[in-house]
Amino acid sequence: MSESNKKPFSVREIREEFPALRQQIYGKNLIYFDNGATSQKPQMVLDAINKFYSKENANIHRGVHFMSQKATTEYEESRKRIQKYINARKSEEIIFTKGTTDGINLVAYSYGELLQAGDEIIISAMEHHSNIVPWQMLCIRKGLGLRIAPINKKGELLMEEFEKMLSKKTKLVAITHISNTLGTVNPIKEVIEKAHAVGAKVLIDGAQSIQHTRVDVKDLNCDFYVFSSHKVFGPTGIGVLYGKEDILDRMPPYQGGGDMISRVTFERTTYNELPFKFEAGTPHIAGGICLGKAFEFLESIDMSAAEKHERDLAKYAEDILDTFEGLHIIGEAKNKTSVVSFTVDGLHPFDIGTLLDKQGIAVRTGHHCTQPLMDFYKIPGTVRASFAFYNTRQEIDTFVAALEKSISMLK
Amino acid sequence: MTIEEKQQEIISEFSMFDDWMEKYEYIIDLGKDLPLIENELKTEDRLIEGCQSRVWLESKMIDGKMNYSADSEAIITKGIIGLLIRVLNNETPKSIVENDLHFIHDIGLQEHLSPTRANGLAGMVKRMKIDALKNIS
Ligand SMILES: Cc1ncc(COP(=O)(O)O)c(C=O)c1O
Repeated sequence: MSESNKKPFSVREIREEFPALRQQIYGKNLIYFDNGATSQKPQMVLDAINKFYSKENANIHRGVHFMSQKATTEYEESRKRIQKYINARKSEEIIFTKGTTDGINLVAYSYGELLQAGDEIIISAMEHHSNIVPWQMLCIRKGLGLRIAPINKKGELLMEEFEKMLSKKTKLVAITHISNTLGTVNPIKEVIEKAHAVGAKVLIDGAQSIQHTRVDVKDLNCDFYVFSSHKVFGPTGIGVLYGKEDILDRMPPYQGGGDMISRVTFERTTYNELPFKFEAGTPHIAGGICLGKAFEFLESIDMSAAEKHERDLAKYAEDILDTFEGLHIIGEAKNKTSVVSFTVDGLHPFDIGTLLDKQGIAVRTGHHCTQPLMDFYKIPGTVRASFAFYNTRQEIDTFVAALEKSISMLK
Repeated sequence: MTIEEKQQEIISEFSMFDDWMEKYEYIIDLGKDLPLIENELKTEDRLIEGCQSRVWLESKMIDGKMNYSADSEAIITKGIIGLLIRVLNNETPKSIVENDLHFIHDIGLQEHLSPTRANGLAGMVKRMKIDALKNIS
């Protein structure tokens, strides 16, 4: 899709689409800097949720009646819209899941069934617990080896070390596109090429990427790509697993139930085709349809301008924070998105987060579900401000003043 | 003073603050004033693991009254601990078990005690009561 025929990027106009941003908390204008945890929702997604439940609610894939067919069509249209957006070859390659975690567990279970004792899986040192624990569980279940590709202090993947780990034993590399704690953008295209050279498949954890940058799964040539709707302006409880058709075809079903079957007898059950083979039971219908709306919203945005705006915000914030005595930015990768994680000498992130909250500013504090990464930096946690394209420099100015006040109260 | 009287005293102190930042300023000062517990007492069995900040609690019975000391990595948590200790120290185990600690709610700090808040405080209040219960013979 060409960016040039879109409306020029305007933060002011975009903000108007997000009612949640127009609130006051504790009598202060809300500043929402916790986009890494979840994003706010544009009006068109909110309207779609309301419309679905007030007018269109019906079960899908099984009704002869008008509403069921309409809901089925919308649900499948949404799948196609997502397919086009990420440039998958077929809509059968788009599996609806509950979210990133669910998608990774699906692959860990189902692709894992194809692996054998002695095979190896590689993840990186900056993974979210969701991209660690399912692999640990699989490794215990099947007797596989789990290897951790190291990073440097800036929070960048050590490519050479990663390459050394690759061997004929490597069957899967599971790595995040963008680190939720550090903001590091990993060189996933290179990772994918290198992994493919030894015959390994690659799963990309995209939880932090589609909302910030264009993703083209065909161009990346990844085998799996997973993300959560709620971080890309859609509802909670739904997400997507993209997988290459030939691999998904070879994988056994993950859960059994309605919708995923072709024919059931007590002697033998045959399974439905993709994508339904992996979608047992009544799915989150409203979620699927409204995630489609979120993508319709994303399509209206000039993403390269949005990405530039977000990176400018992060740079602007970091340049100011750098002048604070005793403040350390955690995550200084050369290629970085709009995440600013930091610690302040002698102060606990929880205290800073609590005082920012009381000044109307939502940030996240703690280990961000990346405890091994905190161990690597030998810190209990960080304060993390994560920006979306609807955030502004004025908000950062307010945040900086509130942070200064918090630090002086705590010192 | 009874536990209830001490709670009322704190509630009236907090009613003088106009906004959240003043309240927290006060809590932070309490946190700074609270004596630390010695490092050698920060053992596993005294640790109450919160997701974000760890809390240690030491309970003793002296002359039939409970005596608590506690510490936390986070200063706001420490300040709230200071309030809890002020209310519960030098009280009999029986009155500690029987009294409801409503003042936290009344001064608007209940969010810190929610079990999902993960700062170890909810666990600490529970542990203070359990330790008192153990001393009721
Ligand atoms: C990098 C990364 N991976 C995985 C997840 C898990 O996403 P979810 O909780 O939506 O399944 C997150 C969310 O915090 C994340 O940031």
